Amino acid sequence: MSDRPDQPNEPPIAIHYDRVTKIYPNGNQSAVSDLSLDVIKGDLVVLLGPSGCGKTTLLKMTNRLIEPTTGSISIDGVEIHSLPAPELRRRIGYVIQQTGLFPHMRVEDNIAVVPKLLKWDRQRIHDRVDELLDLVGLPPAGYRRRYPAQLSGGEQQRVGLARALAVSPDTMLMDEPFGALDAITRSHLQMELRRIHQTLGQTIIFVTHDIDEAVRLADQIVIMREGRIVQSGDPLEIVTNPADAFVSELVGASDALRRLSLIESGTVATPLAAGIAPPAESIPASTDVRTAFGTMLGAGLRAIGLTDANGDLIGTIDLDTVREIARTHPVEVST
Amino acid sequence: MNFDYLFDHWREVLDLTWEHIELCALAIGLALIFAIPLGILISAVPRLRFTTIAILGAIYTIPSLAFLAFLIPVPTLGLGRESAVVVLAAYAQLALVRNMQTGLTGVDPTVIEAARGTGMTPIQSLMHVRLPLALPVLIAGLRIATVSTISLATVTAWISAGGLGTLLFEGITFNRPSMILAGTVAITALALSADLLLRLAERLTPASRALHSAQS
Repeated sequence: MSDRPDQPNEPPIAIHYDRVTKIYPNGNQSAVSDLSLDVIKGDLVVLLGPSGCGKTTLLKMTNRLIEPTTGSISIDGVEIHSLPAPELRRRIGYVIQQTGLFPHMRVEDNIAVVPKLLKWDRQRIHDRVDELLDLVGLPPAGYRRRYPAQLSGGEQQRVGLARALAVSPDTMLMDEPFGALDAITRSHLQMELRRIHQTLGQTIIFVTHDIDEAVRLADQIVIMREGRIVQSGDPLEIVTNPADAFVSELVGASDALRRLSLIESGTVATPLAAGIAPPAESIPASTDVRTAFGTMLGAGLRAIGLTDANGDLIGTIDLDTVREIARTHPVEVST
Repeated sequence: MNFDYLFDHWREVLDLTWEHIELCALAIGLALIFAIPLGILISAVPRLRFTTIAILGAIYTIPSLAFLAFLIPVPTLGLGRESAVVVLAAYAQLALVRNMQTGLTGVDPTVIEAARGTGMTPIQSLMHVRLPLALPVLIAGLRIATVSTISLATVTAWISAGGLGTLLFEGITFNRPSMILAGTVAITALALSADLLLRLAERLTPASRALHSAQS
């Protein structure tokens, strides 16, 4: 999560988009239109929207695979055009859907691409490759010498992730990285990514059109349509409080909300602890979590009390719990 | 028609074979010096593709004897090996350049984008990603060019460029079928060996090995 050294009210900004516009030479409509966005350091921000909404264009402008028509982008306060594009890109991890692994290179050489460009010595590269393969859950002994064609789709994407992480970039760009994987592999990799993100704390911009993936991964969701930001906020905020019909249709397909409405608040209650003031408002423990969350939002509370059939307070439910449930994988919920 | 000449003069046939190899190697070497940059250029600049291939195609259709005859009066070329090398190198361009371009432009665009995205410069992407991935196609072009150069290099004996063609021309002149047969056998053997060797090289490229690894 974000580290907030001295000013709790002003979290450090990692990536700053300032009135960015992209118009492609052949198109009269802009792919990204006068877009401004601040990404908080250490956040995993998901750009969400239908195809053609400009999310991939925005992502690729960040490492200058696409040049903005107007506007500026800075990373950690440095304008991205102040250094040569290849140098900029070596500092930013980049993962794409079809993995983009180099088919003629073994796993170890794929992962070592950026370290080699930066002229690390052999021993350091060797150790780093081992470390990264362990990190992404592929035992080095069995995987180092394989070619990408010898790996499953999920394994390839793990290698893609390891390659992007090779020189410990502070910033990662991920363009629908799990889009081509089957549901089970995808959810495994989503969990891995969250674990890695929690461990290493990079700033990640993640593009997807899958609302469930967004809810599961994001610290912040940015919903885009026709090159503009329609809504931006915490996943639960987006899911429960869509800004307009477009967003509500987009999130309508979400399991997350459905999941919340399937769970009784009482089953996830935090027991009352001595010495803590009872919440200002309470609802019956039999109420579903979605309604509980709506009540919290309506009352502006971070937690509310739960009462049993007799109206006695038996515990509380808070935002963190709701969020955790919303993020939990459906396979685990169905049990 | 019999193999007498081949058996009785095997040492001479061997010498001529070596001369033939030298001639072809020089021609292919010269051809590559032009074909590699040209192939890279037209793969990078699509506008030049059609014209370049058309010109090389036109050169390919010039009858070989006429082409050689044109070069005889040219100073420093004239009769002999120099003219032969130039003609053979010119014919080899089409196969080499076309395969170079097909190979380079055939590389999966997502892989090229990944190369850019990881911070490779265009030159690094060419050297570490695009050329290695195009290598099997490049070697296939080299194989086609080499085999056709080996057979074409018999004609250049006509301008005293040496090589196995000498046996054919002399065999015709002196009406010695056995001599023609010896030359034919040697040329065929040479062409087949070159074909085999380059097929092997094709299979040994990292890109092919990676591909075959998946099936094992």
